[in-house]
Amino acid sequence: MLTNTLKKTALALAAGVAVLAAPVAAMAAWEPTKPVTFIIPAGTGGGADQMARFIQGVIQKNNLMEKPVVVLNKGGGAGAEGFLEMKSSARDPHKIIITLSNLFTTPLGTGTPFSYKDMRPVAMLALDQFILWTNVEKNYADAKAYIDAVKAAPDRQFKMGGTGSKQEDQIITAAIEKQLGDKHFTYLPFDGGGKVAVQLVGGHVDSSVNNPIEAVAQWRGKQLKPLCIFDAKRSTYTDKVTDDMAWSDIPTCHEAGLDVEYQMLRGIFTTSGATDEQVAFYVDLFKKVMATEDWKEFMKKGAFNQTFMTGPEFDKWLAATEAKHKELMQGAGFLAASQ
Amino acid sequence: MSDITEPRKDDDEPALVSHRTADIVVACLFLVASAIVIKDATRLGFSWRPNEGPAPGYFPFYIAVVMAISSAINLARAVISKAEADETLTTKTGVLRMSAIFVPALIYVFATSYIGIYVASAIYIAAFMYFFGKFPIWKSLAVALGISGVSFVMFEIWFLVPLPKGPIEAAFGF
Amino acid sequence: MLMVLGIVLGVVIGVLPGLGGANGVAILLPLTFSMDPTSAIIMLTSIYWGALFGGAITSILFNIPGEPWSVATTFDGHPMAQRGKADEALVGAFTSSFVGAIFAVILITFLAPVIAKFALRFGPAEFFAVQFLTFASFLGMGRGSAFKTLASMCLGFALASVGLDGVTGTLRLTFGYDELLNGFKFLVAVIGLFGIGEILSSMEEGLSFRGAAAKLKMDAVIRTWRQLPKMGFTFLRSCIVGAWMGITPGGATPASFMGYGLAKRFSKNGRNFGKGELEGVVAPETAAHAAGTAAMLPMLTLGIPGSPTAAVLLGGLLIWGLQPGPLLFVEQKEFVWGLIASMYMGNLVGLVIVLTCVPLFAAILRVPFSIVAPAIVVVCAIGAYTVNNSMFDVWMMLVFGVMGYFFTKLGYPLPPLVLALVLGDQAESSFRQAMLSSQGDVTIFWHNWLSGSIMTLGVILALWPLVSMLFNKKGDDAARAAA
Repeated sequence: MLTNTLKKTALALAAGVAVLAAPVAAMAAWEPTKPVTFIIPAGTGGGADQMARFIQGVIQKNNLMEKPVVVLNKGGGAGAEGFLEMKSSARDPHKIIITLSNLFTTPLGTGTPFSYKDMRPVAMLALDQFILWTNVEKNYADAKAYIDAVKAAPDRQFKMGGTGSKQEDQIITAAIEKQLGDKHFTYLPFDGGGKVAVQLVGGHVDSSVNNPIEAVAQWRGKQLKPLCIFDAKRSTYTDKVTDDMAWSDIPTCHEAGLDVEYQMLRGIFTTSGATDEQVAFYVDLFKKVMATEDWKEFMKKGAFNQTFMTGPEFDKWLAATEAKHKELMQGAGFLAASQ
Repeated sequence: MSDITEPRKDDDEPALVSHRTADIVVACLFLVASAIVIKDATRLGFSWRPNEGPAPGYFPFYIAVVMAISSAINLARAVISKAEADETLTTKTGVLRMSAIFVPALIYVFATSYIGIYVASAIYIAAFMYFFGKFPIWKSLAVALGISGVSFVMFEIWFLVPLPKGPIEAAFGF
Repeated sequence: MLMVLGIVLGVVIGVLPGLGGANGVAILLPLTFSMDPTSAIIMLTSIYWGALFGGAITSILFNIPGEPWSVATTFDGHPMAQRGKADEALVGAFTSSFVGAIFAVILITFLAPVIAKFALRFGPAEFFAVQFLTFASFLGMGRGSAFKTLASMCLGFALASVGLDGVTGTLRLTFGYDELLNGFKFLVAVIGLFGIGEILSSMEEGLSFRGAAAKLKMDAVIRTWRQLPKMGFTFLRSCIVGAWMGITPGGATPASFMGYGLAKRFSKNGRNFGKGELEGVVAPETAAHAAGTAAMLPMLTLGIPGSPTAAVLLGGLLIWGLQPGPLLFVEQKEFVWGLIASMYMGNLVGLVIVLTCVPLFAAILRVPFSIVAPAIVVVCAIGAYTVNNSMFDVWMMLVFGVMGYFFTKLGYPLPPLVLALVLGDQAESSFRQAMLSSQGDVTIFWHNWLSGSIMTLGVILALWPLVSMLFNKKGDDAARAAA
């Protein structure tokens, strides 16, 4: 099989990179002395879980680290469990965590005593996109047509499906509602992105704001239709995904007259007590992961916005994003009653 | 290879707790649980909201109410019952035997937080076999270390599932 | 070869509570990236089959369900072991698992596209209808006092509601304790209630397992198989229930409960259920396996996993460059048929492996109790810990153990509690999702023929005990007719 040969070549290449990188790693002052625990503040099977397990696979396959990586799901309380674990083990640098938007939304929405400042940022790996999807059978020509239909219908007639409550999907929904004047969606929370996409195919909801990777199969299967992407620019992936469209062919929501922008952080943090050397090790590790062919393939499949950030730049981004979430959630009335 | 005690004979031992007392206590605990749930449900609100359906406290509230009512009935039945009053729930020997495994289990769980699950398990199994199973000490130790060892290899090395570990494992670099 | 390895691993994983199929597959997933997708998925699904088989073993022998879907197996499986029929229970469990799985595979082979379309019809209202039906099929089967059953079930619901409310994102019943954020996990409660509770009762009776002295006879397989043809209807019913629950996707755990509940209701031996009836092992196991297998179908065709394990497999598919979804059957024919073939083979090989091991498993019962007892406590503790990686759960397990002991002694039935705990929050959130989408209109449950007919069936089943009670008063003959 062709893909197989390709994969093997990629493997060999990656191994080469690893060998070249080895002396550099040896020079770094710190290396893990025991297995590194990789916490996922979400359940098995979701977007963050897929990515974390994928990273684990890449690290193991290419021998990027001497000690193994152990993946742990701690998704209780909308991820609060995982974050609190990081907070409480501040002195153990053998713990890293992958984040999603619940890094900001969970403390704000549930009042859990936690902030991203309780951890040390390592790097932003990518930004996950959100796309407005509808069922193909409903035949909306573009985002504008859909929005007009929502505006024309009675209040709460249209149903928006999303993952979880008071989290990213509902925040986007609230932001769209702001543009609708006095019309609202009925927001239906489900417990996973895949489920939302299927409910949309089954016609139980009218639209969703699924991540690309969650709905790509149904798009290719001509069941769902992407209307617009919640980003400032169109996607940069130009390979055809369906017969006639690529990710880059999806217009931005600005183009469609819907002034909403939202992306989700896929980043890595370690514990707050970690030293500069330890952070440097992880930054280096993830640079190596991102250099692999496997990673590039994964990014393409999920139409991720590839933005790598680390150090002060990342800190600044985090502060700005937290402020933005606070504002959005306050506007929508999602903040937890002060506890 | 012999058990230390013979199966119990019901008739010749004094009752420690009667069926009725236990029934009353458990029913009261149920009532307490219902009270706790109702308290939190009132905080959350248990109304039927327009456009939304039930509020977060709706189900817990009514569930707790049903639980309270049925426990109250259970309590009343237990209090007035005479037939069950004489029945023995457990005897002194029974409680002793149960504590033989339960009290060490408590200590075991407590110890796990400090010395790790593998060492604690080994000590727990060995001690139980030695004191209650009357096994020779070498046999107890062999079985205990064997079980701990096998689970260590299985969880930490094969399946990479981290379990609580203490200073001894840390000394070996885990 | 991979298949045998996978199944053996799966059985080990299934036996150890806490180390579920999802864990097993997740952990081994990275190791398979270097294989080609077809053999990788064969290996991983084999682990899945193995775990399905393995879950029954500890349920029967020690009353500790190794996996959530083997809880219903303990109801009759463990009493059978106590009566010295552990070998028959094991053979019955394995055989019925096999039958259930094969039924589901045949369904997948011939009807995949049709079934996938059917699964799409399930929205929140339909999900609630199915969950309601599960409860209804289980109602009124308690042996104890009706009010104790009610109290026990409500406690299950109350425990299920602890933690984050999925619909509004508010915390319930946590009172500011971080440990409670995650709620009470089903498996922790079950390990405590059944496993630790059982150890306590056994200790009280003296240091021995009841039924441990039973002699092993090598003809267990033949002896059991001879009894099975009589249960044709139970098999068929559980197969249908299981396959249906797997596809919708309701999951293997509710399926096993429903299979058990229905069998108890409609079987001639229903009255003896809970005392160690082979049919009470056959019914849940068949349903669980049919569901577990059928759960693969929505995963492949729709990309929605029917179980946590399927969710992890889904991640695997993505990494191998296979996109699950409507096109998988068109674009990756080779892979899909390879997988389906492996389902037939995997189950057959699995059956042979576990059947040959029956004497081995049953022999565990002859290990002196003073070794087994602490070892079980250790295994339970590990199991409870791995559910959430938290020591708090281990403490909770001990609390549940004491609770299990008292409840059993005082005639509070455990099955309703456990069922409410596993289905409670799901049922609540589908109900509220349905309410949100209908804006508070309860008639949504009868808005189409699908959810309407399921709901109606549920109501009939829920009222059945009342009806048969009325008949009971008129005399035994009438009762027999009603049953």
